[in-house]
Amino acid sequence: MAIIRFSDRPLFRNPWVDFERMRREFDTLFQGLAGEYPGRPGTTVFPALNISEDANHLFVRAEIPGVKAADLDLSVEGDTLTISGERTTCPVDQKLSYHRREIECGRFSRAVTLPTRVNPDQVGAGFVNGVLTITLPKAEAVKPRKIAIKTQ
Amino acid sequence: MTEKEMQVREKQEVQQAGEPTKAERYFVPAVDIFETDEAVTVLADMPGVDKEGVEVRLEDDSLTIKGTKSGNGGKDERVLLREFESGHYLRRFTMTEVIDQAKIEATMADGVLTLKLPKVEPAKPRKIAVQGG
Repeated sequence: MAIIRFSDRPLFRNPWVDFERMRREFDTLFQGLAGEYPGRPGTTVFPALNISEDANHLFVRAEIPGVKAADLDLSVEGDTLTISGERTTCPVDQKLSYHRREIECGRFSRAVTLPTRVNPDQVGAGFVNGVLTITLPKAEAVKPRKIAIKTQ
Repeated sequence: MTEKEMQVREKQEVQQAGEPTKAERYFVPAVDIFETDEAVTVLADMPGVDKEGVEVRLEDDSLTIKGTKSGNGGKDERVLLREFESGHYLRRFTMTEVIDQAKIEATMADGVLTLKLPKVEPAKPRKIAVQGG
C-alpha cells in the first residue's frame, strides 16, 4: 500500500527529473538511518530487527540464537520497545584448539521507537528456535476504522 | 569476555555453483569449530531451524550442514523495517581428521546446532614379541 502524493509527479516531462530522482535515491542509500526506509540493513546494534504490521498488530522479529528465553528481557515503555539479554553459551575452556571462531557472545541491548502507539498490557512474545517474535496490539486510537459511505 | 557487546553480523548468502530451481535463499551460518583429543565439535547458528529441518551429511571428507527454516512470519503483513533477511542455511567443510561416522552426535537447541564428530582412534603401536625356537 504505497501512498503517492500528487506533488511527487512532475507536471511536465523534464529531462532532469530522472537525474534528480537518482540523486535522491543515492541520498537515501547513504543515509545511515534505519527505520525510515524498509529493505536496507542499517544497524550495528544487536539484534537486527524486522518490523511489520497488519491492521491491528505490530510484529517485531529478531534472530537471537543460543540464548535461553529466561536470559532475554523485554520491556515496553510508552512507544519504546527494549530488548536486552546476554549470550553465554560460548565455551571458555582454554584447552580447546579453535579452528574457526565466528560466533560471538556477550551482552546486547536494543531500544526501538515503535511507529505507532501500542497497548502495552497485551504484548505477547514467543521465542522458538532462536527466533523472537513480539506481537504488539495497536492502541485503539490508531486502529483503522472503516467509514461507511451513505448513498441517497 | 562476557562483558563484550554483541554486534550485528550481516548474513552472507551462499554462492552456489548451479542456480537452484526453487527461488529460495541460502545463507552461510556462523560457526565455531574446535578440537579436543577425542573429537571435533562444530557449532552453527541457524535461528529459525527446528530439529526436523537439520540435515548433516558426511561423505568421505566432505561435511555438509543444511538447515531448512520452517515458517516465515505472516503473509498479510506490511513490512515497516527490514534489517535481516531470512532463509535456509547451508555450509560445507572439508574435514582433515578421520571421523568415526557411527558415533556422530547432533543436537539442536535455541537455533544452534551442536555437532560432535569423534575422531577415529589411531592404531595403537603393539610390540610383537618374537619367539625363539
